[in-house]
Amino acid sequence: MKRTAFTNQLLPWLLLAPQLIITFVFFLWPAAQAIRQSFLREDAFGISTQFVGLANFKALTGSAQYLNSLQVTAIFAICVTVLSMGVALLMAVAVDRMIRSTSIYTTLLVWPYAVAPAVAGILWWFIFNPTIGILPYLLEMVGYDWNHMTSKSDAMILVVIASAWKQISYNFLFFVAGLQSIPASLREAAAIDGAGPVRRFFDITFPLLSPTTFFLLVVNIVYAMFDTFSVIDATTEGGPAQATNILVYKVYFDGFVGQNMGSSAAQSVVLMLIVIVLTVVQFRYVEKKVAY
Amino acid sequence: MASITLENVGKVYTGGTRAVGGVNIDIADGEFIVLVGPSGCGKSTLLRMVAGLESISEGEVKIGNRVVNNIEPADRDIAMVFQNYALYPHMSVRQNLAYGLKNRNTPKPEIEKRVAEAAEILQIGPYLDRKPRALSGGQRQRVAMGRAIVREPAAFLFDEPLSNLDAKLRVTMRLEIKELQKRLGTTSLYVTHDQLEAMTLADRLVVLSAGQIEQIGTPLEVYRKPASTFVAGFIGSPAMNLIDAKAVPHLPGTAHAGTIGIRPEDLSVAADGPIEISVTAVEELGAQRLVHGHTQGERVTVALPSDSELSDNLRLAYRPGALHLFHRETGKRID
Repeated sequence: MKRTAFTNQLLPWLLLAPQLIITFVFFLWPAAQAIRQSFLREDAFGISTQFVGLANFKALTGSAQYLNSLQVTAIFAICVTVLSMGVALLMAVAVDRMIRSTSIYTTLLVWPYAVAPAVAGILWWFIFNPTIGILPYLLEMVGYDWNHMTSKSDAMILVVIASAWKQISYNFLFFVAGLQSIPASLREAAAIDGAGPVRRFFDITFPLLSPTTFFLLVVNIVYAMFDTFSVIDATTEGGPAQATNILVYKVYFDGFVGQNMGSSAAQSVVLMLIVIVLTVVQFRYVEKKVAY
Repeated sequence: MASITLENVGKVYTGGTRAVGGVNIDIADGEFIVLVGPSGCGKSTLLRMVAGLESISEGEVKIGNRVVNNIEPADRDIAMVFQNYALYPHMSVRQNLAYGLKNRNTPKPEIEKRVAEAAEILQIGPYLDRKPRALSGGQRQRVAMGRAIVREPAAFLFDEPLSNLDAKLRVTMRLEIKELQKRLGTTSLYVTHDQLEAMTLADRLVVLSAGQIEQIGTPLEVYRKPASTFVAGFIGSPAMNLIDAKAVPHLPGTAHAGTIGIRPEDLSVAADGPIEISVTAVEELGAQRLVHGHTQGERVTVALPSDSELSDNLRLAYRPGALHLFHRETGKRID
């Protein structure tokens, strides 16, 4: 790479400034504020603030609602990741087998990614709406009474599908690229070695895809835990009876609706820690298995 | 062990492009056949049709006495060595060798025995527990061969297996393949674009051009009696001189020929030689020197001893019986 020596000490900083300012204002400063606030308690009118040490965190560990939210988040994140990666892999394998019109299918399958999460949420909200939606209407014909406003499992299914749907496109693109980077001769060699299509997939293709799969696993779990806020907000708003109240939505709800800033800040700090730990664990342990 | 027969085999791609047409080859049990031709001549397509990786659009391929047109690659009882070796990168050398046997439900002790034998033959014993990426090009090549021989198949198929190796290693591996094949006596079909590789390895050569067979024969037959101008120019290094007969009308017995072929090594300097060339360049090879020149606008190359005298104009004579005559329109040999 070409290295440029700046004679002016100020210029490099000026060039970096826009990015640094954005990082500072929208990430570092709020993160620091969250950490600071997590040790404080405000009165109901925001007039006095009091240092309470770890009391906010202690309160969380004893809160049944919070523990429920943790469980809901775990189920939600696992379901979204498995569903979006599973469907994406299936479609990628199907497209990889095609000889013609691959690009048309790829383009069509990538479209959902361009849809804003809130719009996707509204879309699914309409499709699943117990009163006017098309899906409950069809389900009723086969004798299932769909109502995500009252049924906890229906609500969970709705948010999982709505969240996974968008992510499928993204995963699909990476899987297709991953599949195409596997030399055809490997699969041919396996075919001559007596492995049928299913066996070829599990013995050769899938292990060679593992770097892609691992990367997507990290991205999808982080997506499910953080980026699905707008999907939840547009569909179930955490309900019914806390059934879809994932951590990131609870942070927003407790802070901006419930005005409990201290607890909300403590929750967001916990959330930050969870994601940091998850990522470190994944890179430490899972990556060892994918190296070949 | 088996013979392989190709009967009128052709390949037409969807869209009508014909890659290969009307190919007939009879390969005897234990024979080493080399398919040779320039890139795009259809030699790899032909091999892949025998392997079952490419569908056969016309004709029949028989391995043993069985027509294999609609039989899966796995059930054709063949093993293939690929140009890029196609070793499974996530498996150890041992697992790579055992994979084909495992898929065929070979008992474990049998697998171990055969892997050990193959490792012994190819001297890859010390690397059995390494991953392919930790091996050099030559070692990977050996593992790829090992994967073929553990299966004890009816035939080996080689798809330019040496073209990713450096020149020196290519010469040693070439010899190893030849010795291995003689020792195992397995029928082999080998594809290459390198005419030297083809000459040295083959029991019989199949020279292909534009999807058609130009000539089938032993290396010496093909070298001594090339069936067409294409074969004449392709086999032999330096390439045979192909001169328009009109440029040398005074050569005896060439009246009915369109093109006259003379190998550079069949020419020598002689004061009363019938061909006079003006020299344009000289290449020193150590043992020999190649002198390039032209006569009447036709390029001529002559291989001379390295101590021969040079001048701007040379008169050349040819060895009796060294002239090859070819038909003007078809390019076929005239005897």
